Amino acid sequence: MSIDIDTARKVAHLARIAVAEEDLPKLAGQLSGILTFMEQLNEVDVEGIEPMTSVTPMRLKRREDVVTDGGYQDKILKNAPDAREGFFAVPKVVE
Amino acid sequence: MSLNKLTIADARDALRKGDVTSVEITESCLAAIDGAGALNAYCAKTPEIALDQAKAADVRLKAGDAPAMCGIPLGIKDLFCTKGVASQAASNILKGFKPEYESTVTQNLWDAGAVMLGKLSMDEFAMGSSNETACYGPVVNPWKVDDRKLTPGGSSGGSAAAVAADLCLAATGTDTGGSIRQPAAFTGIVGIKPTYGRVSRWGVVAFASSLDQAGPMTKSVRDAAIMLEAMASVDAKDSTSADIPVPNFEAALTGDIRGKKIGIPREYRMDGMPAEIAKIWEDGSAMLREAGAEIVDISLPHTKYALPAYYVIAPAEASSNLARYDGVRYGHRAKLAAGDGIVEMYEKTRAEGFGPEVQRRIMIGTYVLSAGFYDAYYNRARKVRALIKRDFDIAFADGIDAILTPATPSSAFGLGEMKDADPVEMYLNDVFTVTVNLAGLPGVSVPAGLDSKGLPLGLQLIGRPWAEGDLLNHAYVLEKAVGFAAKPDKWW
Repeated sequence: MSIDIDTARKVAHLARIAVAEEDLPKLAGQLSGILTFMEQLNEVDVEGIEPMTSVTPMRLKRREDVVTDGGYQDKILKNAPDAREGFFAVPKVVE
Repeated sequence: MSLNKLTIADARDALRKGDVTSVEITESCLAAIDGAGALNAYCAKTPEIALDQAKAADVRLKAGDAPAMCGIPLGIKDLFCTKGVASQAASNILKGFKPEYESTVTQNLWDAGAVMLGKLSMDEFAMGSSNETACYGPVVNPWKVDDRKLTPGGSSGGSAAAVAADLCLAATGTDTGGSIRQPAAFTGIVGIKPTYGRVSRWGVVAFASSLDQAGPMTKSVRDAAIMLEAMASVDAKDSTSADIPVPNFEAALTGDIRGKKIGIPREYRMDGMPAEIAKIWEDGSAMLREAGAEIVDISLPHTKYALPAYYVIAPAEASSNLARYDGVRYGHRAKLAAGDGIVEMYEKTRAEGFGPEVQRRIMIGTYVLSAGFYDAYYNRARKVRALIKRDFDIAFADGIDAILTPATPSSAFGLGEMKDADPVEMYLNDVFTVTVNLAGLPGVSVPAGLDSKGLPLGLQLIGRPWAEGDLLNHAYVLEKAVGFAAKPDKWW
């Protein structure tokens, strides 16, 4: 599978990473190289094999659905690049 | 001997006897750190915290309330969140981030009385095998044989360099595909990745959550046993932390492996394997045989597919985990142009904050998870992962107690030498270690000798799940038989 420049542009956008137009050919080449490496997986007979979901045979832990944590808004906001009036501030989202 | 050169075990015994204080050992380490700027191992130094903790440890020691790690000065990989201390996974996107909380692993260590000297550099978000993707610039291996500066390996390269150069008594590392074991091998130290679920991941910056495990990087196998016990815990804050009690790992070091069966997997004998690597591997198996173990040829038929499966699964999980770095809650936010909306904020922030390797892996992960490719890549890789684990299950069901392999395909290479290489070439560093993460098993790297250039090489032992004690006992026997005593000549 080889990745063309349009696909590289699309993947970069899906990943929310700005890539300059002139950097797309190199990126497409590198991504294609990595995907070619992965193609080896097609040699493996995986008929009837379940995809692994958990590496150790364990059931995920459960607990009562109750609030066990929280109540420290100031700590949550402490590292925010822009926090105002107890909220995270971002550019306008809705027109 | 300067106190910074002590092992944990020797320091523990000397501290308990009152021959030395934690403050003295800590000051010796702090002086060594200040004299080792050329190695670039520490990205944040915390001498005030260290001395406060050392004083408190000395009080506990005097009172006779001293767990094994009490008063032991450690370096902490930058991937661990440490309260009020910069924790940025060697990434510009977390510049200035000072967590309001402490990771479970480091909290366990502080509760046991250990001392934090500072944070250790690493590959950005633990993605790399040479420490060259760190935003702080590369860490330099204290081992040096010519004009070249060598890589300490990665991603836990700062931890490996700091332990090898005696800039701490031991360090924490993390291992997603070999990030403890490869740098341990490159620097002549011991590093163990425990069974998945043994050590809590809470508060450790996530790379690939189904593969990540933290572990100790130490000067001896005994130290690894002592420190792993202190790091491990059953943690309600990590839903994948196993409900299995943490045993006394040091007590498992009996030095007796008579009657144990050691598997030698034929698929690890790669084409073009350097003769020196093949030789230390043969020597290692001869030493274990000499100690009374039975050496058995085994087959792990899906080994060849571990790397490509890993490089689908790890980036897929990373692309999801790293989605949280959006310039909203913590870390870097790009300066925006007039009219930029929230999507431009995300895209510019992530382009500025992530380095090229992290960007590549996020994009690969995004691609293999995208509609139309999910089955072809991601689901297929997870099926191959199940087969890789089954290979090990069969070997252990046949009575194999541990598996012996080389730790790395080469000794440490020069910084910058892989600059123009294809990203895939760098990935080959993980060829012997990555299977262990995919199968969730414990694996330990033990120094096995020097190559003809005078650089350390390591051997890896792989154990049964939850049998770290037994695994470390095998490593202990190998360590004694090898008698590795070489240290890098101080040039820094």
